[in-house]
Formats: sequence, structure tokens, C-alpha cells
Amino acid sequence: MLSYLIRRLILVLPVAFGVSVICFMLVQIAPGDPLTAIMPIDATAEEQAAMRAAYGLDKPLAVQYAIWIGNLAQGDMGKSIATGRPVAAEVFGAVNNSLLLAASAAVIAFPIGVFLGFLAGYFRDTWIDRAVTAASITGVSLPNYWLGIVLVIIFSVNLGWLPSMGAGPGGSQAWVWNWEHMRHLILPAVTLSVVPIGIVARTVRALAGDILTQDFVQALYAKGMTRMDVLWHVARNAAATALSVMGLQLGYLLGGSILIETVFNWPGSGFLLSNAIFQRDLPLLQGTILVLALLFVAMNLIVDVAQAAIDPRIQRT
Amino acid sequence: MALAEPEMMDGREPAPMEKPQGYWAGVGERLLQDKLTMACFGVLMLLILSAVFAPWLGLADPYKGSMIARLKPIGTEGYPLGTDEQGRDMLARLIYGGRLTLFIGLMPVVFAFFIGSFLGVLAGYVGGLTNTIIMRTIDVFFAFPSVLLAIAISGALGAGIFNSLVSLTIVFIPPITRVAEAVTSGVRSLDYIDAARATGANNWTVIRMHVIGNVLSPIFVYATSLTSVCMILAAGLSFLGIGVRPPEPEWGLMLNTLRSAIYINPWLSALPGMMIFVTSLCLNLLSDGLRSAMNVRD
Repeated sequence: MLSYLIRRLILVLPVAFGVSVICFMLVQIAPGDPLTAIMPIDATAEEQAAMRAAYGLDKPLAVQYAIWIGNLAQGDMGKSIATGRPVAAEVFGAVNNSLLLAASAAVIAFPIGVFLGFLAGYFRDTWIDRAVTAASITGVSLPNYWLGIVLVIIFSVNLGWLPSMGAGPGGSQAWVWNWEHMRHLILPAVTLSVVPIGIVARTVRALAGDILTQDFVQALYAKGMTRMDVLWHVARNAAATALSVMGLQLGYLLGGSILIETVFNWPGSGFLLSNAIFQRDLPLLQGTILVLALLFVAMNLIVDVAQAAIDPRIQRT
Repeated sequence: MALAEPEMMDGREPAPMEKPQGYWAGVGERLLQDKLTMACFGVLMLLILSAVFAPWLGLADPYKGSMIARLKPIGTEGYPLGTDEQGRDMLARLIYGGRLTLFIGLMPVVFAFFIGSFLGVLAGYVGGLTNTIIMRTIDVFFAFPSVLLAIAISGALGAGIFNSLVSLTIVFIPPITRVAEAVTSGVRSLDYIDAARATGANNWTVIRMHVIGNVLSPIFVYATSLTSVCMILAAGLSFLGIGVRPPEPEWGLMLNTLRSAIYINPWLSALPGMMIFVTSLCLNLLSDGLRSAMNVRD
């Protein structure tokens, strides 16, 4: 297990390096000179050159990258152009809110998805299977930002049951565990959970269906095991793959909540990202994306290791 | 077959009876019998054709607004689907909106199909260092959830149709390359490839004659399964304001601008999203139908 862990950790390094290169390049592909945002229009050529030198923009790209990475290693992601605050502080506050939203959506989606998928796999080719399959294909086809709007129309506009935006009463940005804040979480979390329900249900259905047709299931019945005990064996066999799909989905929820956060004005990383885009706040854009991508990489690593812990066969590959 | 057997027993060649059904004829036949898939195909064709021929359908001008006819409800006289927040005819905007939405929603997968297949077949066939360089680069892109990558690139490049096409193409190249590589390395290790090489065929000929034909259908089916996600993402970029620019009619952008009207005319403002949903549902079902008709296993 330890050697697997070390091998897996070594594999992450080049990916993390690549991620940092892509995030660095994001600022380079952006049109326009980064200086135009901060320099007055009538600045002379010397003043511009001085500013360029001050920001290190006169150095070759590789050197600029090395400086950027060096600062990153010290936790310095630069300053937001719009607010002047350090990017790191802005990003971590927002990522916390996004994690809360993603985790809530996962708590809703995974049990429902696993249950529906197992049901469909067990009762394969019955009306239950067809109903679950139809529901899951509808789920994965839904543009969730539209679903969010529809849920707002139903539950906020027509019924007036739930608030339509923000993370708490009076534009509160900090999360508190009370009913007023929970009410704000319900609609975005439910909206976000629909696509993963569909994907998890689909995966678990295929998995359960495949495992139930294997010989060992017959053997277990033949030696007199009860139905529940047999199902436990099936579940153990499906667990590793199901877990990896769910772990990936948790990562997607984190990155994919951007549109939902915009719909519900949820003060998370996606909301921060769209603000960064509209204010052309490139350091903030870069920092947010870097943190989200690295979180996603870390999530995949944890999933792989957990999968190997459950299913020892994986460690040998 | 029953008729052919006695002749086989004589040890003679059976007389050629009928040309066996080709692969594509079989696929076509199975598709025609699949009613759900055909229905989805019909809906998609209807959407595409109405978008292409929109100027000849006798619709209202999708750009012409009216201050006094803003946010008319669905079913208003003269405005069958109501009007938007600037008094523009919704029916016309929804149909015209299909032009950009479908174009930006489908083309990136087409581009990514060609680029990704090329890279994947190259990596899978050549192997070695080429494979390592291509596939390890592709791995890095998998570190980004697709929504995040699309928004990151579009956000950095800025709004615009061309920029959306570029960012979405970049998003879909890695998954297609990965599938193409896996299928190609599988085919490459088969005996008939060795046989072809033994006859003296050069690499190009082997790829063209023996590899492409065997890897293209699984890659194609996989690419079709990405179209629905691409549609949702493309409209999502416009919804965020980093895709198509106003006043162009586009479903995602319309959904965004109509958000301010959900307290005045809620169901009207949900219409553009309905179009995105129907399109992506049909694309998903069509892809599933194609997968089973072409006997591709994942």
C-alpha cells in the first residue's frame, strides 16, 4: 500500500506542474497588454518601461513563470486588480463556500443515485429499470443553470417558500449553521445534485447488472446465503468503481458549480470567477482556477488511494 | 444457411447466394427500427432546418424591439410565444437563436473529433516517446473539470463566437484523444496489422487501410456522446456572458437577459432553457441509439 501511495504521489507531480503552466498561460493568451489596466492613458514610453520592469513583465516567459511559481510556493498569488486584496485571501474564502455547496449536493446526490442505480440494475429490463434509465438520461441532459431558474420560478416566485439568492439573510457571506442559512442552501444544492444523480445511477446500474450475472452470485445463493447477504457481496464488488465515479463527481461539482453560483448569487469560487472575468481581473482569475484545479487533482488522488485500499487488485497495476 | 449445408458436405464450394449485408446497411436498418432514436433525429433535424431556413419562414424580425410590447405573455395576439424584455418576438428569437446555439454547440465536437482522432491514432500507432508526449500532455487537461476549463479559457480570451469555438474545442480534444489512443493501441496489437506490415505496406498505408476503418466508429460514437455536454456548455458560456454577445439571439444569452423578468413573466423566461434541454436530451438519446445500432461497447 505504501509503495502504491508513493508511486501515485510521484505521478501527481508532473500533472500539478502542467496545471500550473496552463494557469500561467491563461494570462498570456488574454488579449491586450496587462499594463493597460493599471497605467494612465497618457503614460510616456519610459514610464511604461519602468512599470513593465517593476512587474517583471520585461523578462522572458520562462523567468516570469519561475518568479510566479516561487511566489506561489510562499502562498503569494498576487493582488486582485479590482479590490487590491491578496488573491489568496479572496480565493480561500470563496472556495470554502463552494465546498459547502458541492458537499451538500453530493450528500443529496450520491445516496439517491446509488439507490436508483442499484434498483435498476437488480430489476433489469423491468419497468423500474426503464423508469430509472429515463430519469437518469433526463438528469444528465438538463442544463442545470436552467433547472436552477425553473426551481426559483416554482419555489421562490410562485410558492414563496425559499429564498432565490445569496448564502444567508441580508447578503451574509459567512456561513452559520442555522435554519436561515440552510434555507438558502436548499435550492442551489438540489439544482447541483441532479446531474450527478443521473451519472451515478447510470454507473451503478451498469455495475450492479454486470456483477449480478457473474457466477459467484449463483454460487453464493447455492450455498444457502440469504438475499441480503448476497447483495452485500455485490455491493462490496461494486464499491471501488462506484467510489471512484463519485469522487470524480465531487470534483466536477466543485468546478461545475460556477454556473449555479451565478444563478443563485452564491458567494463561492464560481461567483468570484465570473466577477474576475467581467472586471478583467486576471490575477484573480488565474488564482481561482489554479486552486480549483489543484483541489480537483488532490480529489482524484484521494479517490485513487481509497479505491486501492478497498480493492487490493488495483495496487498491483 | 440450411440450404448451403448439403453442398458443403460434398466438399465443394457453396454457390454464392446473396451478397451478405454490409455493416452500414445493418446499422441503418437497426436505426430505422429504433423509434425513439428516429424521433430524436426528427426533432433535431426540425431544429436545425428551421434555424437554417429561419429567414424564409415568415417570422418577425428577431432584432426589432418595441417599447410598448415588452414581456408580453405567451399566446398574445401577434406574438405566439410572447416577447422578451426589449419587446422582441420570442418565437422568432428562439428559432433564429438555434443558428448560433447549434453551431457553437456542435462544431467544437466536430473539430475536436478530427484533431483528437489524429492525435490519438498517432499516439496509439506510433507508441514510444510520441505516445508519452501526447498522452502526458492530455493528462494535464484532465486535471480540469470541463466546465472550469471552458470558462477559464473563454474568460481569459474574452467573449465572442470564435473564442467560444476555440475554448470548447480545446475542452473536447483530450477526452477524444484518450479514447482514440486506447482503441488504436488495441487494434495495433492484432495479427492483421502485423500481416499487413509483413506484406511490405508502409505505415501510412497500414493506418489508412487497416487502422482507420476499425477505430473510427467507436471514436465517432464517443464523440456523439459529447455533443449534449458541448451544447449545454456552449449555451452556458453565453449565459455567463462570455460567449455570444448581445443583441444576437442565442438561447443561453436569452436565458440570461430574461432572468430579470422571472418575477414579471416567469414561464416566458424559462423558454430558451427549454430549447437547450430538448436539444441536449435528443442528442443524448440519439447518441445512445447510435451506440447500440453500431454495436459499440464502452
